Amino acid sequence: MIPEIGNFALMVATAVALTLGTLPIIGAQRGNLRWMALARPAARMMFLLVVIAASCLVASFLNNDFSVVYVATNSTRALPVQYKLAAFWGGHEGSMLLWLLILSFWMFTVSVFSTHLPREMIARILGVMGLIALGFLLFILLTSNPFDRLMPAVADGNDLNPLLQDPGMVAHPPMLYMGYVGFSVAFAFAIAALLGGNLDATWARWSRPWTTVAWMFLTIGICLGSAWAYYTLGWGGWWFWDPVENASFMPWLAGTALMHSLAVTEKRSGFKVWTVLLAIFAFSLSLLGTFLVRSGVLTSVHAFASDPRRGVFILLFLGVVIGGSLALFAWRAPKVGLGERFEIVSRESMLLTNNVLFLGAAACVLLGTLYPLMLDALGMGKISVGPPYFDVVFVPLMAPALFLMGIGPLARWRKANVPEIAARLKWAIAVSVICAVAVPLIEGKWSIMVALGVLLAAWIVSSSMVNLWSRVRPGEGGQIGAKLASLPRGYLGMLAAHVGVAVFIVGVTLVKGYEVEKDVRMDVGDTVAIGPYTAKFVGTSEGSGPNYLYLRGEFQILRGEKLVRTMYPEKHQFSSKSEPMTDAAIAPGITGDLYVSMGESVGKTAWVVRVYYKPFVDWIWGGCMIMAFGGLLALSDRRYRLAQRQSSAGIAAGAASRA
Amino acid sequence: MAASKFRLTFLLPLLVFVAISGFLLKGLWLDPREIPSPLINKPAPDFHLESLETPGKIVDRKDMLGKVWMLNAWASWCVACREEHPVLVEFSRSAAIPIVGLNYKDTRMEGMRWLAQFGNPYVTSVFDEAGRVGIDYGVYAVPETFLIDKQGVVRFKQIGPVTPELLEKTILPLIRRLDA
Repeated sequence: MIPEIGNFALMVATAVALTLGTLPIIGAQRGNLRWMALARPAARMMFLLVVIAASCLVASFLNNDFSVVYVATNSTRALPVQYKLAAFWGGHEGSMLLWLLILSFWMFTVSVFSTHLPREMIARILGVMGLIALGFLLFILLTSNPFDRLMPAVADGNDLNPLLQDPGMVAHPPMLYMGYVGFSVAFAFAIAALLGGNLDATWARWSRPWTTVAWMFLTIGICLGSAWAYYTLGWGGWWFWDPVENASFMPWLAGTALMHSLAVTEKRSGFKVWTVLLAIFAFSLSLLGTFLVRSGVLTSVHAFASDPRRGVFILLFLGVVIGGSLALFAWRAPKVGLGERFEIVSRESMLLTNNVLFLGAAACVLLGTLYPLMLDALGMGKISVGPPYFDVVFVPLMAPALFLMGIGPLARWRKANVPEIAARLKWAIAVSVICAVAVPLIEGKWSIMVALGVLLAAWIVSSSMVNLWSRVRPGEGGQIGAKLASLPRGYLGMLAAHVGVAVFIVGVTLVKGYEVEKDVRMDVGDTVAIGPYTAKFVGTSEGSGPNYLYLRGEFQILRGEKLVRTMYPEKHQFSSKSEPMTDAAIAPGITGDLYVSMGESVGKTAWVVRVYYKPFVDWIWGGCMIMAFGGLLALSDRRYRLAQRQSSAGIAAGAASRA
Repeated sequence: MAASKFRLTFLLPLLVFVAISGFLLKGLWLDPREIPSPLINKPAPDFHLESLETPGKIVDRKDMLGKVWMLNAWASWCVACREEHPVLVEFSRSAAIPIVGLNYKDTRMEGMRWLAQFGNPYVTSVFDEAGRVGIDYGVYAVPETFLIDKQGVVRFKQIGPVTPELLEKTILPLIRRLDA
């Protein structure tokens, strides 16, 4: 009964989405107030219906209802409850429902936080999002229904893929989707503005917080995925340039460019055409990512079932959404006109360069991801594009962007003065060069990439400090504390995010430059030296977890003669037919991780053991979290709270006057 | 003139997208996991090995010239082979073509026991204890199956188990063509 309710809720939601996607948009073109007024209630109704459908799927998992195909393929009775919840998005059908759930959640939030928007605008925005939701609803109902029944039911399910039975699975996909799908809001704003012909600073001001919040979630989502890969794949890598990772990284690059471009549009009403295009790109790349992941056109470590019928549907949908919006862009954008003029050296020009570099990077990732497919399609053979390509194209594109991060925030709008900037940054330059020389020397091994990485990281931090100091320097207008307290959160958020990038670079650079990796055969009692430590293999023991058997190795970590800690890497065997999973033991630290994982058994008591020392590797994820925190700071900026209060006061006044 | 050029720039993103979609559409009907064998349409590598069942009896690839035949690499330690085996036994009953087994990196006793237990679809099995012939044929996991024509040229290769569907849709039509 419960799955049928879920199915029915999705059908009703389809009807609501159809209404939402048509009447309010037509109403906005014709000035029909009643049709426009449908947008908000319809969006909320959609959300309610999709929540009902999602709850039905959750209930089916919790009830062990193995008469539902999706539950039977992704769960068992013995599955711990948190993974029964996460199994919701463990397969294709549920992932699509999660997509839809998050999309309707964003529609709901837009309907709540948009009271200050003109009614034509909100009708168009929610209408566009309704059309996207309609596409996904049809996709789910026609090709990937999670509520399909299995007749006759099975006694027990097939289990969630053991690789997914991990805390990472609980948090990573929802965060990632919040970001992916969150760009649909900026997209809908852009399309609404193109339809209405009102691409202006106000439009940019409204779009900005939505873009920032989506970007923040996407940053966290990618970060969690990377950390998950690091501890679960058993060889300590944190990024693989895998097509599925690229699929999440491309919208991130486009979204980062969009955030910066929106700032110019809001403050200087420049880059309007460019900004609207970036908004379309960011969401288009999210959709493309969904297509790449879900259609099976590319090989990936993320093995998803492929089905050409689904692929055709998504491609058709992509054609309508992306093709339609780019056509709309080609039609309407030429009328928008250009913003205020600016000189070659100005904050605008630097932000524009940053945009071009980020978009260039996204294009390179796209090319690298699709290249094997293109060659294959042209009958030119099978190849795979791996890290060598991405490393080679990515660093030269990002290095200048990182360099500009130091200068841009200090440069004046419209026309900046080079000698003046140079004079303000002379200390930052000195500090950066000293760090770039000193760090490799202290670490004991010179390498040009390490020097470059440290130079850029130190440059970003020191120039940000110069920037901050110029704002809070004691003098006229009060003391440091008072000035610091009065700084806008948006500005502090920007600084925090930039420092996060620097922290990230430190992690990437030092782990690449100085990691020590030892794959050794160890028998009980053997030792291996690693960085400042010695690891001693004490032995193994066996036991059982909630739904798996484990084999646990014991390693004593010594520094000199002193025992520092004991580490327990494990191998998990979920069922007789599956490959054992590796659960690495990691001793995290600010200056580096010690990483021990069990490989294959080679003899009675001997094992292949991977012992790695990863200097500063946690800075990679720490940096990402700082970036996301920067986004959060910017979102808490006073003007957004003010706008919200004003609009809720507006509602209250409106309600009072009606009463 | 200038105005139309301006328009074209705005159309550029759409054109790029259309091009990408073309590739994606084509990509839907390609299998990224399919690895073409370099042996296809090349003469099958020679072998000259003892038979598994009758030690001392030599089996040579040239013995099979003039027939369309199938070479199936298997081993008693291979789990997927166990899944494939009934399909081959069934196929051998129809006696469309002879199947030669390539007993890959196995022991004679284990191999014989396997055939006794699960049935023997092979006209003979060659005993490739060291896996040398397997290397010549580019076998990197068992089971793998090769279809070889009358002139001794490899026409088809299957990595992984042979399925009834594969026999029906690909192998049998191919045999009919090669036999004609």
